[in-house]
Amino acid sequence: MIRPTPAPAPAEYHQRDRARHPPALTPPYKTSVARSPRLALLSLQQSMSEITGPVFGHTDIDPIDNDLIRNYAKTGDPVGERIIVHGRVLDENARPVPNTLVEIWQANAGGRYRHKKDTYLAPIDPNFGGCGRTLTDAEGYYHFRTVKPGAYPWRNHVNNWRPAHIHVSVFGSSFSQRLITQMYFEGDPLIPICPIVNTIPDPAAIDQLIAPLDMNAGIALDCLAYKFDIVLRGRRSTLFENRLEGN
Amino acid sequence: MPQPLHYLKESPSQTAGPYVHIGLAPGAAGFDIYRQELGRDIAGPNAEGQRIIVEGVVTDGTGAPVKDVLLEVWQADAQGRHAHPEDPRHAEVAQGFRGWGRVITDFDTGLWSFRTVKPGPVPARRALAPHPEEVRPAEQEEQADALGRGHQQVRRMAPHITVWIVARGINIGLNTRMYFDDEAEANAADPVLNLIEQAHRRDTLLARRTGERDGLPLYRFDIRLQGEDETVFLDL
Repeated sequence: MIRPTPAPAPAEYHQRDRARHPPALTPPYKTSVARSPRLALLSLQQSMSEITGPVFGHTDIDPIDNDLIRNYAKTGDPVGERIIVHGRVLDENARPVPNTLVEIWQANAGGRYRHKKDTYLAPIDPNFGGCGRTLTDAEGYYHFRTVKPGAYPWRNHVNNWRPAHIHVSVFGSSFSQRLITQMYFEGDPLIPICPIVNTIPDPAAIDQLIAPLDMNAGIALDCLAYKFDIVLRGRRSTLFENRLEGN
Repeated sequence: MPQPLHYLKESPSQTAGPYVHIGLAPGAAGFDIYRQELGRDIAGPNAEGQRIIVEGVVTDGTGAPVKDVLLEVWQADAQGRHAHPEDPRHAEVAQGFRGWGRVITDFDTGLWSFRTVKPGPVPARRALAPHPEEVRPAEQEEQADALGRGHQQVRRMAPHITVWIVARGINIGLNTRMYFDDEAEANAADPVLNLIEQAHRRDTLLARRTGERDGLPLYRFDIRLQGEDETVFLDL
């Protein structure tokens, strides 16, 4: 007997594999010691509160917001290695995540952030703000133009240096996909000795945060490119009913 | 070897770091770069419902306020509708009601606050619904009407706001929920609060109505990352 196909019902997202993410308590990253819960997380089956999330559109942002070489330029271009960072936002089922907000922030070429709390002696670049944002297209693609950030020292052990990195924030289609991570650059020797990188227990998971040089996407005589794909939680197919709510 | 599954793996999380404001709230970091910063207006001007103010601090395991935290909130409108296409009633949400907000703490005090409308109850999972005999007929009817469907009883979650916290030292964003202490009856029946085995820990998710400000109800919701009265955090 052929069963009737059930009406499409909202489905939950795959359970987050927390063995792949850093645990909360990672003592070599010292700040985590006092900022990590000691008790277990409470796991939820998802409801409407978890499978929904904010929706953004082109009225929220401006086209120049993804161009960090131009979006804070006052007297000329910023100093540094000109790069394109591009890639796709996909889910664990390899489906593109379209029209989702991607936000990035970073230090300048010398490793200095434009932030009142950053007192590193490397100078501010008057033509570089260090933040950008964009929406993925229908196929999940995004791209930014920026300068490659410099490494910088931080007070953890006295001689800790962050590898060059760009912070990345992604929303996805629901609040349960919300993710902040960091993108690193292929070949950086600071990556294996960084306590923040090494909060991630799985070497293969660390590799997922390292963007390869992408010569095909660079522009000759203008800029290099790095490719950084981002994977968000996938979504269960509704093979059998176990519905979220009363519809 | 069995067949491979071929799922991709979620990108691992990393801390937002100390300068998260540059990317997500540059105005607060001390410079203007975008025409508009996102997340400042949760409810918009036209949403019905009780306007409220919520404030609090996030404290670390030593009891000190965390002064570089960034919070995002996600909620339904006063009728329990989410501004998202998968909510069957999203078309009825008032224009300008986003349901999402982003706030940072005061760099000196650690205090954060936001203004919004108090959310209404949201449908719970059917898997968690009570036996039909536990639901009063009048309640069934009201709930069915509110959803516009009419034949199934629906259990509701108590009004709540989903909260997501990132900061330096937090390796993966912490999720929690804020409930309201003046919704005692709904809270007592809430399926998520009732999942918390140690009943006294449910109190860590209650915002306490402490008075009024600018003529609006003021709620206090402090979040304790670790130690005594540690807030319940969720794996969504």
